Amino acid sequence: MSSSRSTVRQLGTAVRALVLTLVLGVGYPLVITALGQAAFGDRADGQPVTLDGETVGSAIIGQGFTDAEGAALPQWFQSRPSAAGNGYDGGASGGSNLGPENPDLVAAIEERRATVAELEGANLSAVPADALTASASGLDPHISPEYALLQVPRVAAERGLDETDVEALVEENTQGPDLGYLGEQRVDVLQLNIALAALET
Amino acid sequence: MTLAAAVLPLLTVVVVLALIHRPLGDHMARTFTGTNDLRVERGFYRVLGVDPASSQSWRSYLTGVLAFSAVSVLLVYLQQRTQALLPYSLGLPAVPEGLGFNTAVSFVTNTNWQSYSPEVTLGYTVQMVGLAVQNFVSAAVGLAVAVAFVRAFVARRSATLGNFWVDLTRAVLRILLPGAVIAALILLSGGVIQNFNGFTTVATLTGGEQVIPGGPVASQEAIKMLGTNGGGFFNANSAHPFESPSPWTSVFQVLLMLAIPFSLPRTFGTMIGQRRQGYAILGAMAVISLVSFTAATLAELSAHGAAAQAAGSASEGKEQRFGIVGSVLFGSVSTLTSTGAVNSMHDSYTAIGGMLPLINMMLGEVAPGGVGSGLYGMLVLAVVTVFVSGLLVGRTPEYLGKRIGAREIKLASLYILTMPALVLAGTALSFAVPVLRADIDGTSILNPGLHGMSEVLYAFTSAANNNGSAFAGLTANTPWLNTALGVVMLLGRFLPIVFVLALAGAFAAQDRVPATAGTLPTDRVQSATLLVGVTVIVTALTFFPVLALGPLAEGLL
Repeated sequence: MSSSRSTVRQLGTAVRALVLTLVLGVGYPLVITALGQAAFGDRADGQPVTLDGETVGSAIIGQGFTDAEGAALPQWFQSRPSAAGNGYDGGASGGSNLGPENPDLVAAIEERRATVAELEGANLSAVPADALTASASGLDPHISPEYALLQVPRVAAERGLDETDVEALVEENTQGPDLGYLGEQRVDVLQLNIALAALET
Repeated sequence: MTLAAAVLPLLTVVVVLALIHRPLGDHMARTFTGTNDLRVERGFYRVLGVDPASSQSWRSYLTGVLAFSAVSVLLVYLQQRTQALLPYSLGLPAVPEGLGFNTAVSFVTNTNWQSYSPEVTLGYTVQMVGLAVQNFVSAAVGLAVAVAFVRAFVARRSATLGNFWVDLTRAVLRILLPGAVIAALILLSGGVIQNFNGFTTVATLTGGEQVIPGGPVASQEAIKMLGTNGGGFFNANSAHPFESPSPWTSVFQVLLMLAIPFSLPRTFGTMIGQRRQGYAILGAMAVISLVSFTAATLAELSAHGAAAQAAGSASEGKEQRFGIVGSVLFGSVSTLTSTGAVNSMHDSYTAIGGMLPLINMMLGEVAPGGVGSGLYGMLVLAVVTVFVSGLLVGRTPEYLGKRIGAREIKLASLYILTMPALVLAGTALSFAVPVLRADIDGTSILNPGLHGMSEVLYAFTSAANNNGSAFAGLTANTPWLNTALGVVMLLGRFLPIVFVLALAGAFAAQDRVPATAGTLPTDRVQSATLLVGVTVIVTALTFFPVLALGPLAEGLL
């Protein structure tokens, strides 16, 4: 067989091999969807969180607790800075991608340190790194326990609650590391704030 | 940071790989040496019009690879161009020509470079029927080429290497699809989503609005990692909580990336009937990857550089749940394999911490590299190593009973020269041609100074090695970068495949020479060490100057 005939024949085989698309591109994801919805319905749907019957977000997607100008609303625990859209935009996930020596990033970090320290009435040096840096996804649902505890006095004062009660709430909502050693300790800010709202009523 | 917290995740990965590489490696060896066809496979061969018992010459095998890949590029391109007509397009328009070309090439070459932001570019149909299908079959092509190469060492005076269509089919149906189903269900149990909900807008706790995305993510995520593809369903890739909700799902994804590449040396050893040869290859891969991961972890924990010093740790672009160690583990593995997925933003790493993913790719993706491509890349380096050490001690170079003559060493050299030529030419052109440089400086580069050069270097290194990760501040959706990176991905994938299959043809045609007292052993610690040395020296000599211009200068100044 000449090589050109062989090439044409194998091109024909390649076109027929596209039936794999039906198995891998349609059958496989639909089977996984059916199994996933049946076995892990809530998880497969992204763990929606409801408050008074209304969906207010996802348990694993971070939210901003700021006003329209981006200033912190003092009655809520604050999330990390976010580079997703104008902040926590679920349609535009991503990080800042600012480099390790970028002067804009250094300036942003210093400005955030001053803002957070003022809001919490704390020393500049008391502000942990997660409060100063944007996450990779821009949708990080978590903050460090250090940052959560730093916010306790302010949140308690704003809401007229006992600091020890709010602190206990932070501890209840602290999880990880997974299996005791994978990843970091973390506090889910949305769930903490929902628990906080429930504490008042 | 305790030592245990830094070391235990790695130890977990090592232990699991130690447990699975034998059964998985042996399963793959059986898959590609068995003579029985499953019923569903026989049906598929009838559709293809292929006789599964027939065996192809290296040229015919290569024609199959190229024909299948060309048709795949065309299909994925057309799907994107007609997106507006497809169901579940989420109201998104057709993908423009340049971006459509880049993306089609990217997924067919197992690169999964993303010049686009998925949330605003691709609906569910293109993701599932276009991209996820390529996640399977591009990995299967890599496996097929690798086993064809391995067969050449077993063959004696043979004109053929096996049947590409049979290897492709078996790789998909017996290895990747079953693996992906299991992995998808495990990821679902960990909270990776799988739905067709589209974008839902919710009223947040503070009375604002938030968009929550949906999508068939778990099914895509599973094969994205298992096939060392790396293209994220979302822009944030595996940093997105819907792609990887917790530290353990992240470590599970690390295991998925490593499972096949670290089991293939066992497959190789089993197929040639000399398991120690496989373990020598595995040992070289393991040493390089452990050194690289350790160096990257130390660099990131050191928090060197202005931004990390200002914040107190290098946590810009990293998720709280993964932490520094979990981020670096994922980033290292993703670039040591040719995956390119990220759970943290490499552009924001410290200068030296960000240089290590770059070096991992510059090694040629061999430690352990991509599915299939890692093994054939390392075997070519083993051929070069034997040649070099043969010259040093004045013995006839042979590897596994095959003589390494002029034709063989030429092909191996061409294989090794291809990637650096593409990386350096692409980077140099971007800065040397004034009109391109104006575009690169004005539109593409995000970060000022040396780091901007690193962004461009990273992009071409990632494309030429079919990795797909990025210093993602770079805006790559421009005519120059879409075209140049697209061409580099094609050449970076298929030129080495041409050379490796030609080399396979040359080896298969030879008889096997029996080992004598004059044969250099290749299954000892000493030979594995030499292999590591050759791998590192080839890379260091080639790339040291350009690294000195970018990350090294940035990290040391």
